Amino acid sequence: MSTWPTQNKYISQSTTRVDAAAKVSGRARYSSDIQADGWLYGMILRSKWPAAKILVVDLDPARKIPGIKAALVVRDAPFTIRYYGEEIAAVAGTSKQACLDALRAIVVKAEPKDQFVVSEDDARQPDSAQVWEGAKNASTPRVRETGSVDSAFPECAAVIEGFYTTPVQIHNPMETHGSTVSWTDDGVTSWASTQGIGSVRDGLAGALKLDQSQVRVITDYMGGGFGAKFGAGVEGVMAARLSREAKAPVRLMLTRFDQALAVGNRPSSFQKIKIGALADGKLHAFEMENYGTAGIGAGGDGGGGGGGANIQAPYLYKVPNSRVKQFSVAVNAGSSRAFRAPGNPPASFGMESAMDDLAVKLGIDPLELRLKNDPNKIRQHEYRLGAEQLGWKEKYRSPGSSPGVVKTGIGCAAAAWPAGGGSRDTQGEAQISSDGSIELRLGVQDIGTGTKTVIAIVAAEILGLKPSQITVRVGDTNFPAGPGSGGSTTCASVSPTVYDICNNALSQLQSRSGLADARGDNWFAACKTLGVSPLTVHGQWQPGLSADHACGVQFAEVAVDTETGLVTVLKIVGVHDCGLIIDRLTLESQINGGIIMGMGYALYEERVLDTLSGVMLNPNFETYKLPGIADVPEIEVVLVNMPERGVIGIGEPSTVPTAGAIANAVANAIGVRVTSLPITPAKVLAALGKVPPAMKS
Amino acid sequence: MKNAETKGRKADGQKSRGFSRRTFLKGLGTTAVTAVAAQTAAVAEEIEKANAEKIIGPGAVPVALTVNGQKLKLMLEPRVTLLDALRNYGSLTGAKEGCDRAACGACTVHLDGMPIYSCQKLAIEAQGHAITTIEGLALDGELSPLQKAFVEKDALQCGYCTPGFVMSATALLANNPRPSTEEIKHGCAGNLCRCGTHPHIVSAILQAAGIEQQNKTMVVNYVDLADAK
Repeated sequence: MSTWPTQNKYISQSTTRVDAAAKVSGRARYSSDIQADGWLYGMILRSKWPAAKILVVDLDPARKIPGIKAALVVRDAPFTIRYYGEEIAAVAGTSKQACLDALRAIVVKAEPKDQFVVSEDDARQPDSAQVWEGAKNASTPRVRETGSVDSAFPECAAVIEGFYTTPVQIHNPMETHGSTVSWTDDGVTSWASTQGIGSVRDGLAGALKLDQSQVRVITDYMGGGFGAKFGAGVEGVMAARLSREAKAPVRLMLTRFDQALAVGNRPSSFQKIKIGALADGKLHAFEMENYGTAGIGAGGDGGGGGGGANIQAPYLYKVPNSRVKQFSVAVNAGSSRAFRAPGNPPASFGMESAMDDLAVKLGIDPLELRLKNDPNKIRQHEYRLGAEQLGWKEKYRSPGSSPGVVKTGIGCAAAAWPAGGGSRDTQGEAQISSDGSIELRLGVQDIGTGTKTVIAIVAAEILGLKPSQITVRVGDTNFPAGPGSGGSTTCASVSPTVYDICNNALSQLQSRSGLADARGDNWFAACKTLGVSPLTVHGQWQPGLSADHACGVQFAEVAVDTETGLVTVLKIVGVHDCGLIIDRLTLESQINGGIIMGMGYALYEERVLDTLSGVMLNPNFETYKLPGIADVPEIEVVLVNMPERGVIGIGEPSTVPTAGAIANAVANAIGVRVTSLPITPAKVLAALGKVPPAMKS
Repeated sequence: MKNAETKGRKADGQKSRGFSRRTFLKGLGTTAVTAVAAQTAAVAEEIEKANAEKIIGPGAVPVALTVNGQKLKLMLEPRVTLLDALRNYGSLTGAKEGCDRAACGACTVHLDGMPIYSCQKLAIEAQGHAITTIEGLALDGELSPLQKAFVEKDALQCGYCTPGFVMSATALLANNPRPSTEEIKHGCAGNLCRCGTHPHIVSAILQAAGIEQQNKTMVVNYVDLADAK
């Protein structure tokens, strides 16, 4: 079994990104920056109705707009529209302005349906409008039961019940979804903004009825995905079809509005939780009924739900007597997609809120309750580290006892991420030339997590070179295949693969050159023995160098203005383990990012749909609020280094516990719980009894 | 969340530099102009001048921009924004489109040294002004001290918002070479980042301003913890 070297020059140190200079100078060409020869703009016409039957789509007026080179329907009419923003047609033309004019010119004859539903609570009622014909909106509930819940609750010393809810969250990567596609007789090339070059290739090939080998996907730089950018997408397929029709490359990037409506989101959750503990604080009984919506994705052929909105419960705790009932409800809205740690942030928020409410009922410190019940040894240490870092003992006050109008409070919550290990199918190659230059090629993509830098660091470490001496190429399906960037698996996939490539390179160079050790000072001498043909070395993922299951705990300190209801996060302490740290610098960036995204989930973010019109009311950054730089608190990161476990990804666990920790800190500050995310000023004031309860979202 | 303040600041800043009575009058509808005009003869004269200018468009018209010290001559419909012109007609793709409606700041460029959202400025309006894009900060290939600090502090992840942040921060430091953390947050409040890189952006700007700071990240070896127990 392979093992990592223990004395490292670059691994576990801080190395700046290999592509940072390109990114800060504007030289980095993102998918939306690609300008293939003769390229055209592409745009999509979307439904203005939440439910309708499209009878006729007349594209001729659009084709007559000067500059328009192609116009196509997404599907042949008649067809059914199931949400506001669903795709109807697409156009390609020589300017954005021509495309805008063309979209306006398209004539759509439709029968709008007044039977539609966008609220989860309405949709789950038996007499609700049906999103999918002949199928109930609510899926058949799945029930899991262990122990004997009904007899266990009476045995508890304290029992609480709560209804904890989380909204639909939109990914909102800064670069929207889309691609430039060129479809010629030689095949299709797609410069896609994607997390999965392989899945886009296969998706395009399937949709366009081409061999997978005829499709090439390139992603040099892309502007974030967070789980929403794995497939080819309607926009990718339409870009290809428009390219074929117009005989020119087509760049079709979604608008910010498009992005909010149609390309994914995190499902909502409505968690009715009952939990009880024995007198010693040990969790004894748990019951949850949860439903949520994954949009139209929760319905369809199978009848109702599909399970897209299910979450883990009782999350990371072990409760001997537990009953969990869950179902999904379809609504007339865009489908959910994977979103950074799918299912975990809502699960953590619900369960950790309930834990704190239980601690209040038991009259014990909520941190104490966690230490008594968290089965994970690593997290036990992390809680102690974080508590010390925050000053939990000194700062903890009983709920609501903070004096004054602006009250402060602290709270904590935990993450458990079962994935994060490597994909064993990952492959790669290195090309080494006689001048000692080396290029590593892996068919993965760097979505901003620093994958290219990780590859350079590992290669430099194994070869005894500097990271700057390694040329890294990723983001091309012509390279040996790697995984999509999901599940926090990329780092643990590429690191062992690069280890293998480089060790293979060393052994080949050593046998060719006769040198006992081709590393470091000997590298160039060894490479000199190569002739005019560069050496190409293959490698693949090796066991023993990576692991899965990362943990983490976070602590939050907040100030709540009890007159305005405004919550200000003062400080977050994040304690996270991720096995062997590869690059401390980019790791810290990723944890900061997880925390800040979690803060958005806690306080600001929510998709708002109008129940009367079915229209999304906040499909832009003015009304869908992301955390801004002025909202970001002091963040202290404690990295728990565990080289003995090998490499583990961190992207997802870092965003899981933030909302729960903030919610608990708010409850600790004001003495009452806001049970619903996002914790807006209106909800805080309502919880304090200062205004009538906020309108139900 | 706190963007509104800075958007106001940017808009005001623009007005203080590029705003004239004449452009104001041109921007008013005829009725309003008539009402104002009734007040002074001088105003009436200006309106006459303004109206005498020929209407341009809707077809493409020649537009001459000065970008990073270079002349850029383009044929553009008058409704083409500066961002669209730079990216898609000028091949300067450093400024990014994140929202196309003055909410995210990824398109930030300088107009006579002032940071503006280039998605909210028509290209024809930017004529006669010195435009600087992210590509213009390292013209000789040497990164600016701020760009270097962004690299060293890892003040970027996916990097899509980075050009906008760098442009906002460059303008901030030009006016306020030693900003406080609060002033930095205010100066960059018109830029959004979804990767959550903000703490490192603040560090990078502080470093570029020569302000010392300590990294609060701690690394703890788990083995030591287990042993300590």
